Amino acid sequence: MSQATWDLLVESLWPITLGAVRGTIPLALMSFALGLVLALVLALMRLSSRWWLSGVARGYISVVRGTPLLVQLFVIFYGLPSIGVVISPWPSAVIAFSINVGGYAAEVIRAAILSVPKGQWEAAYMIGMSHRLALRRIILPQAARVSVPPLSNTFISLVKDTSLASLILVTELFRQAQQVAAFSQEFMLLYLEAAGVYWVICLALSTVQGSLEKRLDRYVAH
Amino acid sequence: MSPTDAAHGSLEPPAGAGAEDEGGRPLLRVRGLRKSFGSTEVLRSVDLSLDRGKVLALIGPSGSGKTTVLRCLNGLEIADGGTLAVGEDVSVDFASRPTRRQLAALRDRSAMVFQHYNLFPHKTVLENVIEGPVVVQRRPRTEAVADAEGLLDRVGLAQKRDAYPFELSGGQQQRVGIVRALALQPALLLFDEPTSALDPELVGDVLGLIKELAHEGWTMVIVTHELQFAREVAHEVAFVDGGTIVEHGDPDLVLRAPQQERTRQFVHRLLHPF
Repeated sequence: MSQATWDLLVESLWPITLGAVRGTIPLALMSFALGLVLALVLALMRLSSRWWLSGVARGYISVVRGTPLLVQLFVIFYGLPSIGVVISPWPSAVIAFSINVGGYAAEVIRAAILSVPKGQWEAAYMIGMSHRLALRRIILPQAARVSVPPLSNTFISLVKDTSLASLILVTELFRQAQQVAAFSQEFMLLYLEAAGVYWVICLALSTVQGSLEKRLDRYVAH
Repeated sequence: MSPTDAAHGSLEPPAGAGAEDEGGRPLLRVRGLRKSFGSTEVLRSVDLSLDRGKVLALIGPSGSGKTTVLRCLNGLEIADGGTLAVGEDVSVDFASRPTRRQLAALRDRSAMVFQHYNLFPHKTVLENVIEGPVVVQRRPRTEAVADAEGLLDRVGLAQKRDAYPFELSGGQQQRVGIVRALALQPALLLFDEPTSALDPELVGDVLGLIKELAHEGWTMVIVTHELQFAREVAHEVAFVDGGTIVEHGDPDLVLRAPQQERTRQFVHRLLHPF
């Protein structure tokens, strides 16, 4: 590796890391938090005995999972202005990613709730709990444990998907790499570097996921 | 030491919960209880009554409906018809769907011990026991904890108060299940095959505890396959088959000299499995 290449690699690490710290990571965290709230609501709607509630949730999930994330992002950022709704890049990205995570995580949470044995509901009712109280104190904590591995996967996917936000002008990790690449014409080098930074972030997240699973695992019989 | 302190950890049944007016009426009164699952009729007009302080054993082949009877008493199954009354102030007519308030009252009067314990796996032993008293009955936490510790001590599990259910043996889990039911201070205790899921060497502990409760004067309905236990502990035995009570009476009579052919066959099969 020539000295010039090495210098470029080191120099570009700063703007790329900045893009990760100021763009990718907060974008992913914010979207995931909002998406989870949406997902919980959707999962409960989906499990509702009222047909119209579960129907609305089913429709939502079907549309979100059946259309590309990039298209959803473009509809919000480039599409909505034509009907007079203009949203700036950052909020557009957060909205699109939250909507998307909501759709996927809803199915995860629904499955996790259904995986809690029926006897747990019965024991909760037996001690006098209402449906709502049983859900909150007995069922959801157990469902949360079950959903940690699949939700971690959703989050890791989301971190990588935030690179799509570069296409609606959000200054995040990949857009920073693109800009340095365009300037220096070192496309291979910069895109590999960007890939490397994504990989390091995801590696760290996998470690967190592992220790979280281990911690939650102690409540379960083996 | 106040009188309530002295009562901590007592296995004795609460004096309250409808005890004000004895009036000579049985504590539990069931009339014409019916229940179907889809087109399968599981209960066809079940009549039952049980006096305060008495123990009723429900026996019968699997699929006879005995567990469904028990679950109806706690509102875990909603009967399709008939009436159900516990004490003087809880009465439900299943001609119409019971209201939330009626169900809550019903569950407040009885507590159930499950075949598979159904402890809350994410809560410690102590948290399992005080969950109902603190979160549902809104009793002061310190009082509920003191009661729970006393009860756990009485069943020999005081040192397990901070353990999680998976760290306990089946017999220990079931004793926690019983303590969880007692802590609710119900008028009526319901047991759904409490020893069926236990290893044979652990059955004795749990049956011993239930026997102790019977001597303490708790009113109990027990679904069981342990005929010897039923004969020893129960004041009455009811043989359930085909969704009705075929024979009902003194354990010695029902189990030793059944009047009905179906009862005779069932008892014979249990006593002579080979």
